[in-house]
Amino acid sequence: MNELLPVFEWQQHVIAPWTTGLKSTLWIVLMGFFVATACGLLGNYLILRRMALVGDAISHSVLAGIGVAVVLALQLDTATLFIAALAAGMATTLIIEIIHRYTRVKQDAAIGIAFTSLFALGVILISFKSGKVHIDTECVLYGEVALVPLENFHLSLTPALVGAIDKLPMSEVYLRGNELVMAPDVVRMGFVALAVALLVWVFYKELLVSSFDPALAFSLGINATFVHYALMALLSVVVVSAFESVGAILVVAMLILPGATAHLLSARLPVILALTVLHAALGTLLGFHLATWLNCSIAGAFVVAGMALFLLAWLLSPHDGLLAQWHRRRNLKLEPPEEISSTSSAGN
Amino acid sequence: MRHLPLIAGFCLLAAAMPVWADRIGDISETSVIEQAKRFFSFRDPSVRYALIGSVLLGISCGLMGGFIVVRKMALFGDTLSHAVLPGVALGFLWNMEKDPVAIFIGATLAGLLGGAMVALIRQTTRLKEDTALGIVLASFFAVGICLLTRIQKMPGNKGGLDEFLFGSAASIGRSDIILMAVVTSLAVLLVGLFYKEFLVTSFDAAFARAAGFPVNIINYALTLLLAFSVVVALRAVGVVLVSAMLITPAAAAYLLTDRMHRLLGLAALFGVISGAVGAFISFLTTNIPTGPLMVVAATMVFALAFFFGPHHGVLMRWWRQKSRSARVQRENTLKAVYHVLEAREFDGEGVSLRELAERRRETLDEARAQSDALCKHHMATLHDDGDAIHLTPEGWQRACEIVRNHRLWELYLTNEANIAPDHVHEDAEIIEHVLGEETVRELERALNHATRDPHGRVIPGLADLVSGSTPFGSPETVTGYTSR
Repeated sequence: MNELLPVFEWQQHVIAPWTTGLKSTLWIVLMGFFVATACGLLGNYLILRRMALVGDAISHSVLAGIGVAVVLALQLDTATLFIAALAAGMATTLIIEIIHRYTRVKQDAAIGIAFTSLFALGVILISFKSGKVHIDTECVLYGEVALVPLENFHLSLTPALVGAIDKLPMSEVYLRGNELVMAPDVVRMGFVALAVALLVWVFYKELLVSSFDPALAFSLGINATFVHYALMALLSVVVVSAFESVGAILVVAMLILPGATAHLLSARLPVILALTVLHAALGTLLGFHLATWLNCSIAGAFVVAGMALFLLAWLLSPHDGLLAQWHRRRNLKLEPPEEISSTSSAGN
Repeated sequence: MRHLPLIAGFCLLAAAMPVWADRIGDISETSVIEQAKRFFSFRDPSVRYALIGSVLLGISCGLMGGFIVVRKMALFGDTLSHAVLPGVALGFLWNMEKDPVAIFIGATLAGLLGGAMVALIRQTTRLKEDTALGIVLASFFAVGICLLTRIQKMPGNKGGLDEFLFGSAASIGRSDIILMAVVTSLAVLLVGLFYKEFLVTSFDAAFARAAGFPVNIINYALTLLLAFSVVVALRAVGVVLVSAMLITPAAAAYLLTDRMHRLLGLAALFGVISGAVGAFISFLTTNIPTGPLMVVAATMVFALAFFFGPHHGVLMRWWRQKSRSARVQRENTLKAVYHVLEAREFDGEGVSLRELAERRRETLDEARAQSDALCKHHMATLHDDGDAIHLTPEGWQRACEIVRNHRLWELYLTNEANIAPDHVHEDAEIIEHVLGEETVRELERALNHATRDPHGRVIPGLADLVSGSTPFGSPETVTGYTSR
């Protein structure tokens, strides 16, 4: 058992990644943060709409789309991946709908059948071709952030821009002479996260109303069905861009954990959204150092750290936390019954 | 219960046969047919183990899957199956080898812990069930992944631990089989002994509580058995797809029967079939894991039940609906013929197609198609070079029945339900096709065998129906009933 937990060294596991290993550290942490932010912001609405497990289903079945793309020997570039993911996501929604409508199988079993079949199909298709394609089946499950290709995106800059960028913090990471050097996948994920944040901000009212009160949304002229399908489409895109780094199953945690933690701490949607981003940042940072310490899967460690934050919030939340509940119940017991009846009558 | 002898037989077979062939995985270059021959000769111990293993997992998953599908707990099964992963890793860490018993205990404990955490989150927070399931599923899985990747970087022999993710029927050994057999027998035995208790709590928990069943204990027992069946299937199917072996065969069985014991039997059968087919195909190919193949086989079984199920199948329902609407169409044509004859006071032979088309406000071709349909069902014959139809006795009887049903119902609605006479026609148009003889007798009694409908037209009576008399008499002989 001793080999399981290596000795924790502050210098080696916390300081060193940010000094000598800064280059890879920054890209990995940024990737994790972008994934967690994009997933977490969307996940909030899944939680509100009680569709957390539809997120699970879509994240699994995206693999079938990728599998088909692999078998058709398509280039796995961004556009192909997005189209494959969209098709797979829509297919999942459709299969669930068909099974649910034409048989007496309940919705939960329909979800279970749809995503497991598509996931199995995806694994088989990819296994067929695994000799020729760089995706392997374990990577499908938990991804590997460390394998995200680094620094093959070069952009020449004008001297004026170089001067401006040089003054930014940590410029030695992304500036080589007069070239801007970036990890393309991280940049893409950053754009996806930014797009999600923008959409959530622009359509804040529509999402809010249709999530809480579809009838009111209808009377306000908001097309709730359209919002639903748009959400599913966005979910497919986010899931497929997060796929390579966190895999099909851990992306579920990225979707649900930040939002669930925020829901324990607040009941106001703007606060919840802010807390989601905070959870994403903290979970990524803590997870990265956990992974450095234990030398284990980085994506797994992100989720374990996020789960630890969730447990903390569950225990310590000022209003709904286990401690607060316990405290309230103890105080309730101590109060004599007469006092309760007198205060309630005084209130009247 | 009736599978027990089968299991025992398989176990004996496995134990008694000497191990003389080498493992099939050792042979790298053989043709598909060669491999299939090896598979069906059952000489390889690994083939036998894989087959017995898939039979066992099919039975245990089918049984428990039946319960979770009718209890709407399908996704709880999914969560439980992901939550066992850290237990698998810890069971491996116990003495750094794939000891089936240690892994079994670790996985079961982890699964139960996951189930308890779902319940606790739901009880103490505002988070809904789906969120609680998602949190436990993904978090436990992440802990398991961290442990697995950590173990793989530790020194020592740790090969094959990733088989637990997607499953590998070929790696099932003798000790695995013994454990699987023990656990499956236990599950079958418990379900057999406490069948009534499981049944009642699954369908009506409130009634079970009122009748004095220990509902909580039964639910815990069910969760424990569920964890057992997940662990049994773990080796062959893998953590990720175990839930499919729980849900899909049981859902297919759910489409085929309404009785719980038949559902459980069918689910176990489907589980066995898909498990065996998956194991077989994974032996023919080299690098495809077993779990996904079994799941795709199970999905095929579900698809068959979905399309061809005798009662709830999509094709059968489509066919039933089609034949029903064709019957309604025929009956409407018969009714139109009756109306035409009635309008000219049952004078003259048969009805020309032109009259029929005018009556139904249709084209001549449509009228011709409908009279062809009537002829095909021996309800009418064509005359005058196909320009007129005559009803046969059967056709005439059905026509009278439909008109009678229609007018009786109109009268009933006006007299007994106080609906205005000009509002009863639409309802009668629908109900005339479904009224049975007994209901008609009751209606007639309730209406004192009236002979005229609210619009003053004659209701055809018993005499027309029984004698199958031709429509060419006077109205008085046609009506049958004498007016009061």
